[in-house]
Amino acid sequence: MTGYVARKLILLVPLLLGITFITFLLTKALPGEPVYSMVGERASPETIDKLRKEIGSDKGTISQYAGYLNLILHGELGRSYYTNRKVSEEIMIKLPNTMKLAAGAMFIAVPVGILLGFLSAVRKNRFADRLISVLSIAGLSVPVFWSGLMLMLFFSLYLKWLPPSGTGDIRYMVLPAVTLALPSVSSFARITRTAVLETGLMPFVRTATAKGISKTRIYAVHIMKNALLPVVTVVGLDLGSYLNGAVLTETIFGWDGMGRFIMEGIIKRDYPVIMGCIITGTIVFVLINLVVDIAYSFIDPRVRINGTDR
Amino acid sequence: MGLTGKLSAAVIIMVFIASLFSPVLVPYDPNSIDLDQIKHPPSAQHLLGTDNKGRDILSRTLQGGKISIGISVLAVLISMSAGLTIGLVSGYFGGKTDTVFMSFVDLVLAFPALLLAIGISVLFPPGVLTVVIALSAVGWASFARLIRGNVLSLRESVFLDAAKAIGCSNARVLFIHVLPQCFPLAFAMAGLKLGGYILTEAALSFLGLGVQPPDASWGSMISTGRVFIRSAPWMVFPPGLMIAVTALCFNLLGDALRDKYDPARTGHY
Repeated sequence: MTGYVARKLILLVPLLLGITFITFLLTKALPGEPVYSMVGERASPETIDKLRKEIGSDKGTISQYAGYLNLILHGELGRSYYTNRKVSEEIMIKLPNTMKLAAGAMFIAVPVGILLGFLSAVRKNRFADRLISVLSIAGLSVPVFWSGLMLMLFFSLYLKWLPPSGTGDIRYMVLPAVTLALPSVSSFARITRTAVLETGLMPFVRTATAKGISKTRIYAVHIMKNALLPVVTVVGLDLGSYLNGAVLTETIFGWDGMGRFIMEGIIKRDYPVIMGCIITGTIVFVLINLVVDIAYSFIDPRVRINGTDR
Repeated sequence: MGLTGKLSAAVIIMVFIASLFSPVLVPYDPNSIDLDQIKHPPSAQHLLGTDNKGRDILSRTLQGGKISIGISVLAVLISMSAGLTIGLVSGYFGGKTDTVFMSFVDLVLAFPALLLAIGISVLFPPGVLTVVIALSAVGWASFARLIRGNVLSLRESVFLDAAKAIGCSNARVLFIHVLPQCFPLAFAMAGLKLGGYILTEAALSFLGLGVQPPDASWGSMISTGRVFIRSAPWMVFPPGLMIAVTALCFNLLGDALRDKYDPARTGHY
């Protein structure tokens, strides 16, 4: 297990090199130069030249990339072109915010989604199943920025129960967490239903039934344990995309997280910010996949993780 | 196809027709500004009210439908063609070609789709074409993956052995025998993707990277409406509802088609 984890972490290095290089080339391909948006178009040529030297955009692409790598090796991600604050420090503020929001959303989505999917499978083709199936497709079809606005309109502006936007304690978190959770509830419910129904066809379920085990126990213990595997995969995927920035949800509710940070970086061509977010995002993504892999081996002993098996 | 599939198809056709004939159907020019009629709530004169520039919301919603659906359909056609080609080649020839194409597909699928689409759309000047490019560049991968899987299982079938035995060329086997077998699955996927593209297009336009003013798209209408949500909440209802209904129907239709044509998924569904 340790060997497996170590190998996955070592693989991060070439992955990060590749991804940073591609992102670097892409940011170079972006139209517009950051210097102009920093000083405005009417600045004198001397100011522009001086600034170019300062941020190093007068050098060639390769030497710029080498300079950036050197910076990363020293544990730095550079400074934002606009606020001149350290990107690493900014991320240290925004990432925890995004994590809080993601945790809140998962706290809602996982139990509700699995419960609905389970209910749907048990009552297959009955009214409850039909209703849950249609509702879960509907949940995937409503744009989050619209459902978010609707929630805000109703709970903040009409009922005045919750603050409409901002970053802060749990009262600020409820609406964005629910908004973020809605599509996840739907996809968890769908995948749980499928998994439970497929597991139900397995021979071991027939054996358990033949042995006279109660239907409740078969569903709650035998089937559920085996059906959790695909659910864990989807939960991991969704968590990864939350942490890479719930761009829309964070924009609507003014939540000060990674999604808004990278979005502003992209719009302002703030290269250090974009690169920093992508590097952080990649690391988070790989770590989550690792945790999901390890979770597999706990849920299903048939999936063994060790040095020789993979 | 069940009742839900048929109903969804009917709704989609209605939305299509309404958007296509919007220039004839709507009472007002969707882009004409009337500063005497700013932010009027729904009334007999303006059925869905007017927006912050006095434009008729009903007219703009219908016009927005034409743009939103047009973008999504175009992007699906492009990503389906690309995905079909790559999936066919990858699955049929296998080996190194397959490895290279599929690692690329995995790479694209590993990124959060919306973030990738945002990244791509920033590379080009904002507009309709940019959205089409961004949607297709992200969406082809899932088509390629699905079609490849289908071709892999087709490769084992007897009728392909027979075709090769009577001396059909690779090209003939691929285009006359394999390709038509992939169409049902590809169309089912297209239904699901259309639902997704409508949402992504709306998100890009909402963020200001897509359709530019004065043209209306559902996403950009919500984006404007969001600013005036306190004084004119009716501005965000119609476009959001249209996105939800259209995406829902595409998803239901895609599901129905998949249940009908995907042999691996019939039976216990």
